[in-house]
Amino acid sequence: MSLTTESSTNFWLTRPFSERSTQIFLGVLVAALALVTILHVAVPAGNPLHIGAYTVNLFGKYLSYALLAVAVDLVWGYLGILSLGHGAFFAIGGYAMGMYLMRQIGDRGTYGDPVLPDFMVFLNWDSLPWFWHGFDMAWFAFAMVLLAPGLLALVFGFLAFRSRVTGVYLSIITQALTFALMLAFFRNEMGFGGNNGLTDFREILGFDLRTDATRLGLFLATGVALALGFILCRAIVTSKLGRVSVATRDAEARTRFLGYRVERFQLFVFVVSAMLAGLAGALYVPQVGIINPSEFSPIFSIEIVLWVALGGRATLYGAVIGAILVNYAKTLFTGIMPDAWLFALGGLFVFVTVFLPKGVAGLLLHLKRKKRGDDDSTPTDKIQEASV
Amino acid sequence: MRRFLSLGLLCLLLLGMTLNAQAQDAETNNPDDAAALELLEALDVDSYAAKGEAITAILQSDDERARDWLQALLDGRLQRTDDGRFVRVLDNRGRDWPVADVLTGEELGEMSRRDLERIGINNNLRNQLRSAIAVVDLYSPSVERRRTSAERLLGEVDAELVPILNDLIEQEEDDQVRYRLTQAVAIYRAEEGEMAGVEALDGSLHPRSRVALSRAANSDDPVVANAATAALTGIEQQLKINRGLETLYFGLSLGSVLVLAAIGLAITFGVMGVINMAHGELMMLGAYTTWGMQQLLPGQPGLALIVSIPAGFMVAALAGVAIERGVIQFLKGRPLETLLATFGISLILQQLVRTVISPLNRTVITPEWMSGSLVVNDALSLTLNRMVVLGFALVVFAGLMLIMRRTRLGLEVRAVTQNRAMARSMGIRATRVDIMTFALGSGVAGLAGVALSQLTNVGPNLGQNYIIDSFMVVVFGGVGNLWGTLVAGLSLGVINQVLEPWVGAVLAKIIVLVFIILFIQKRPRGLFPQKGRAAEG
Repeated sequence: MSLTTESSTNFWLTRPFSERSTQIFLGVLVAALALVTILHVAVPAGNPLHIGAYTVNLFGKYLSYALLAVAVDLVWGYLGILSLGHGAFFAIGGYAMGMYLMRQIGDRGTYGDPVLPDFMVFLNWDSLPWFWHGFDMAWFAFAMVLLAPGLLALVFGFLAFRSRVTGVYLSIITQALTFALMLAFFRNEMGFGGNNGLTDFREILGFDLRTDATRLGLFLATGVALALGFILCRAIVTSKLGRVSVATRDAEARTRFLGYRVERFQLFVFVVSAMLAGLAGALYVPQVGIINPSEFSPIFSIEIVLWVALGGRATLYGAVIGAILVNYAKTLFTGIMPDAWLFALGGLFVFVTVFLPKGVAGLLLHLKRKKRGDDDSTPTDKIQEASV
Repeated sequence: MRRFLSLGLLCLLLLGMTLNAQAQDAETNNPDDAAALELLEALDVDSYAAKGEAITAILQSDDERARDWLQALLDGRLQRTDDGRFVRVLDNRGRDWPVADVLTGEELGEMSRRDLERIGINNNLRNQLRSAIAVVDLYSPSVERRRTSAERLLGEVDAELVPILNDLIEQEEDDQVRYRLTQAVAIYRAEEGEMAGVEALDGSLHPRSRVALSRAANSDDPVVANAATAALTGIEQQLKINRGLETLYFGLSLGSVLVLAAIGLAITFGVMGVINMAHGELMMLGAYTTWGMQQLLPGQPGLALIVSIPAGFMVAALAGVAIERGVIQFLKGRPLETLLATFGISLILQQLVRTVISPLNRTVITPEWMSGSLVVNDALSLTLNRMVVLGFALVVFAGLMLIMRRTRLGLEVRAVTQNRAMARSMGIRATRVDIMTFALGSGVAGLAGVALSQLTNVGPNLGQNYIIDSFMVVVFGGVGNLWGTLVAGLSLGVINQVLEPWVGAVLAKIIVLVFIILFIQKRPRGLFPQKGRAAEG
């Protein structure tokens, strides 16, 4: 949490390891991954402590959401950009993975066409659209998982930041972006399966997606990705670049007058965040087994922001807590009383913004300091206060 | 052959009938029921030839009810009861049929089908009846009925009818009926390849005329064919203009809805710098108010709609004030948090409507004076409900302009929009202005909902469908400028409708969104940015 400068001489990527909060976070994450693995593999199925494949899969989904939340927190918490369109980057990463998985089906689809996915045969297409080429190769597809959302963010961010679109305007425009993409992906002519999206996946890198072992593997891979993504974000925000970002967040005009090319910093952080969101989407898709245009819906994007707000903005670990809490609650609610979920979600939006402006992480810090009897406000806090 | 004979006979009789009708012109058109009963009784005979004569007699009688009788006879619904009365069967399903007296029109309740005897007809009579029904109304004293009847004749004319129609054209006093009848004859002639018909159809926009002309264009006579082709080209040109006008009309209509939806948003955003994501749901509340009013005032949809205008305004305005006092005032100076909190409220309101009323769409009745359309010509008709909404949007806009320019509230609102701190130090109570603005903006959203209920389905998702579009209008038009909202809304509506036939509805929407994203590159503050110190952001 601290913005100390003592370790700034170290290599920037290893710097986060010297931070207390990162150490705790990584420790908890690794312990949780290990615990789930042990309870899943070593404890027999009859035992009440046993974690079934379904639950492992669910946890894997939560972890990919957590990575997405970290990506959003990077831009919202440290750059002051409220993106209501991060679902678009998530979904594009997901589609890139989905295209790879579709090509892996080969001739095992319903229509048995060796090259064309089922939905293209259904639409009477003769050949693969140009943008589907190459996705049969894992390295190309995995590269696209990062590059496609990154490119979109680069073009969009370049246009937006160059003309100094900020604040509420930027939020609305990002929302329009994801809305436009949703409409586009709903069209069959786009070549992404239209309404139904991409589904019916068989295997990834040769592993059958329906076996428990693959599911556990995907869960662990998502956990590792989350850890790496977290370290990368921490490294960015503790670097000099990160401090310029925070300065931009708090006083954009002043930072510009100090001689920083604000739009370049914004663009860099925005693109990194979009790539992380794409990675999260790519890890999400094989675990839920489907990707369709509903991931582009503006509501989903705005929900991501709620996870971050609930967990605590500008902490990164708060985003992870928020994503897991909200999605766990969603799983519970939609199982017990589906009608009440939207009430709860809506109420949460109001409650968090009005009563918990610093989220759960802020609450934890507050309690910790109170216990110690410290002054409740630190310089870092004051910076954050000024920004929110 | 028999058909031809009977039709010939009919024509002769109809000729006689015109004279008869003229003779009777001054007299009453509703002869006493005894005479009518006599006419009907002549139908209840065994010989079909005699029935044919009876039908002709009915045509000659010039009784107003003749058309109904003949129609009922054609449908097999003209029946006779045991006690000799003639009735029309209203519904011939089941065992007992509801019937009505054909003379008085009085409903007699249900009767067992056993007690009824049908007046039978054969195919010849059926043909005779169809032709008779087609022209019988042309003799009616009511202009309205003559018009509809003439309209129906387009493309239905055959050789036997031509002389009758020609006579009618000479006698007809109403221009519209005469025009239609001339057209009907011309269509027949053009289809037969006659030059006169082609010439008469030149410039006619009716689809039937075009069919006739394209047939004439394939005629063996090169002169006729050329004339028909030339006429067709001219008509196509005219149609293109009309289609353009129609697109413009639909575009303006869509634009007026966007203006209504966006203008309230623009006011609140301009004054308070907050985006109210629940704005769409306030529109939804307005629409549901209309629905509720129609439930309260059954059978009077028009009155309910008028009452809904103030009611919808009040409901949405109160909800808006509740949102402002309950949530937004605690989030001063945190616009992004306000956006999230109001989004939460929009979710709650949507779910509330789903739980309390229904997740399904409700139907709001369109009052009579708003349904139907204004027919400009055969190719262009403007639906009335859209016209009313367009007018309503302009009235609301003018009203808001007045409030902003001519009232104390407007002055204070403009002052706070331009510079909140300065306005406060000049003694304006900014909090009060906030509340009033929010109430005003929300109330306008309610009005938008009332208007929308006349154009689309009223359902829990009504607001969601418009919220992004109305943001686009605000962003495009520039904040704090009502003219900007008007111009932006109308032009976005027209652009959307112009693109739609080319690329489809979805792609049109995407193109508009991309266009706006690019547009704010050039003009980040919209079409009409605020000038001066207020502009610093």
